[in-house]
Amino acid sequence: MGKNLLRKVWDLHKVRTLPSGQDQLYIGLHLIHEVTSPQAFAMLAERDLKVLHPERTFATVDHIVPTDDQKRPFKDDLAEQMIQALEGNTAKHGIPFFGLDSGLQGIVHIIGPELGLSQPGMTIACGDSHTSTHGALGAIAIGIGTSQVRDVLATQTLALNPLKVRRIEVGGRLSPGVYSKDIILKIIADLGVKGGLGFAYEYGGTAIEALPMEARLTICNMSIEGGARVGYINPDRVVFDYLEGRRFVPKAEDFEKAVQYWKEIASDADAEYDDRFQLDADTLEPMIAWGINPGQAVGVDQKLPVLKELKEEEREAAQMAYNHTRFRPGQPIKGLKIDVAFIGSCTNGRISDLREAARRVRGHKAASHVKALVVPGSQSVAEQAAAEGLPEIFREAGFQWRQAGCSMCLGMNPDVLVGDQVCASSSNRNFIGRQGSPKGRTLLMSPAMAAAAAVAGEVADVRQFSQGGVA
Amino acid sequence: MSRSTAEIREISGRAVAVRGNDIDTDRIIPARYMKELTFDSLGRYSFYDQRFDSSGKATDHPFNDSRYQGAEVLLVNKNFGCGSSREHAPQALMRWGIRAIVGESFAEIFAGNCSAIGVPTLTVGPKEIEELMKQVESNPATKLRVDLESRTLQAGDTRFSFSLPESQAKVLWNGTWDTTTTLLEGLKEIQAAVVRLPYVKDFSYDRSGSGRAGGEKTGGA
Repeated sequence: MGKNLLRKVWDLHKVRTLPSGQDQLYIGLHLIHEVTSPQAFAMLAERDLKVLHPERTFATVDHIVPTDDQKRPFKDDLAEQMIQALEGNTAKHGIPFFGLDSGLQGIVHIIGPELGLSQPGMTIACGDSHTSTHGALGAIAIGIGTSQVRDVLATQTLALNPLKVRRIEVGGRLSPGVYSKDIILKIIADLGVKGGLGFAYEYGGTAIEALPMEARLTICNMSIEGGARVGYINPDRVVFDYLEGRRFVPKAEDFEKAVQYWKEIASDADAEYDDRFQLDADTLEPMIAWGINPGQAVGVDQKLPVLKELKEEEREAAQMAYNHTRFRPGQPIKGLKIDVAFIGSCTNGRISDLREAARRVRGHKAASHVKALVVPGSQSVAEQAAAEGLPEIFREAGFQWRQAGCSMCLGMNPDVLVGDQVCASSSNRNFIGRQGSPKGRTLLMSPAMAAAAAVAGEVADVRQFSQGGVA
Repeated sequence: MSRSTAEIREISGRAVAVRGNDIDTDRIIPARYMKELTFDSLGRYSFYDQRFDSSGKATDHPFNDSRYQGAEVLLVNKNFGCGSSREHAPQALMRWGIRAIVGESFAEIFAGNCSAIGVPTLTVGPKEIEELMKQVESNPATKLRVDLESRTLQAGDTRFSFSLPESQAKVLWNGTWDTTTTLLEGLKEIQAAVVRLPYVKDFSYDRSGSGRAGGEKTGGA
């Protein structure tokens, strides 16, 4: 039997077996941001340790940056302190920092791939659970806590337990109006938010192979929402073409050598897996996560579940979700009124996401009661969008066009829900309080569906949505 | 980091139960309280939005209940600590006073973060956790004794077995749960491993500053 990509990358990066039985794994790329790194740098200072490989760590600022007024000092003193700490720490240790004036700043999981820092066959770590995103390039990318950020800074390695691999085969092909976001929401709904505990998810099959690079990043991004710390897709021509010519990607002859390695690192045709799961993309419809975890999702034509129709182990969570959302069991999801629409985040803040949203918005107006926000995932995405005239399309439709950052995904910056607002969101988590208001309600969906909801003022089926014009 | 070399073999104390599956780290500590440069004062924000309503009034959350103040063992259900990788979550619980967590299952990053700060995450079955929770809820003064060597937990007159990953048990037992020290002991092996990597040996990052950063190539399929 052959080996899967996880096994190959793991073996190649294994430094040694630790006395605890864990493996010590070398980390090829370490990404840091302002929220989970200052304490790690403080721990280094306490022990008089240096950063072992500063050339393998890259920093940016994303969680706390305001997306409207980025003038320094920030109005929020705490946010200002955090960015200053990162500026100080990166300067002191010689770590490259993509700050607000670099033109390359953005959400850490957007800029890693777009700068070509994230590459196939690498191990990647970052103090953020959505690090799984980078697996879409064929890397093993692991979200870590702050003590582990300290470990990587000091040793460029991590102590890790081995992972099992579940092959997720998505057959068929997506229909128009259905996106990779819908695939991953469906996978999480089927396997559950704890289904991936102890597993890495390997996504494959015709529907996955047909996806462009950015759509693949969305899938791997949300692996963690299914409990899988790692998600990846075997690298292929789509990945190589995406990477070629990017800033940190090897050029000329070195690029050929890299591609050689990237091809070899993919799972063998007869690779072994610990588990398998199949899904058919043909019958998939746009999905909406309505509850208080991303696994509580229904298709746009479905009704919210009635408790007694659910499996017994899902009822308690559904009841809690109804207690929080005050939605009605059995009500159709379509037509559910929204107050806010958020298009952005590390899940869906890339140029292709903004293009799809703009296509739905063009020639329309956001409903008068809806506050609609478009937040590019990086300064490069913003620049590309501007070159294509997307900000004008959004502004004319009454959407706010913002600057790059995590924005309304997580309630750490001025972009937050107020009271019990309902938000159609292209982000990744609908946890209670996630968008900054303890009573706020989050509906997760694709950016095209969020755009359609903004215009309709309620959850709408993007497939039935008349387009003002086709970009 | 005064605790960084302590051996952890036994934990005794009262317990507090926080019921519910899939309690995510946003609920354990809301993101708005993470705008701090140190972990020192996070204890007060544990379960903040569950403990206080929008007017700031305290709810009946167990962490507000005077009978559970000073509890050192936290009892939870399934998939505790899912979501965000924020170490702020276990740090907040630890600084509130929690020294061990007993539950049906834990999210992986959370369990790793707990281990890294010397807080064991112990797994018991659904029946056992229910029994433990009931016992503690009916008598908050119940003393629990967690013995990492025998992997048993004594609550009043009842004894339970728990499971704990061998790797976590070993490092806690030996006092080597601060991984940086252990990892640095392999410095020679680290250096040997690096030079084997194709992206070090055969090719490397282009640092000339040339090339694109922007989004997906335009005009392509």
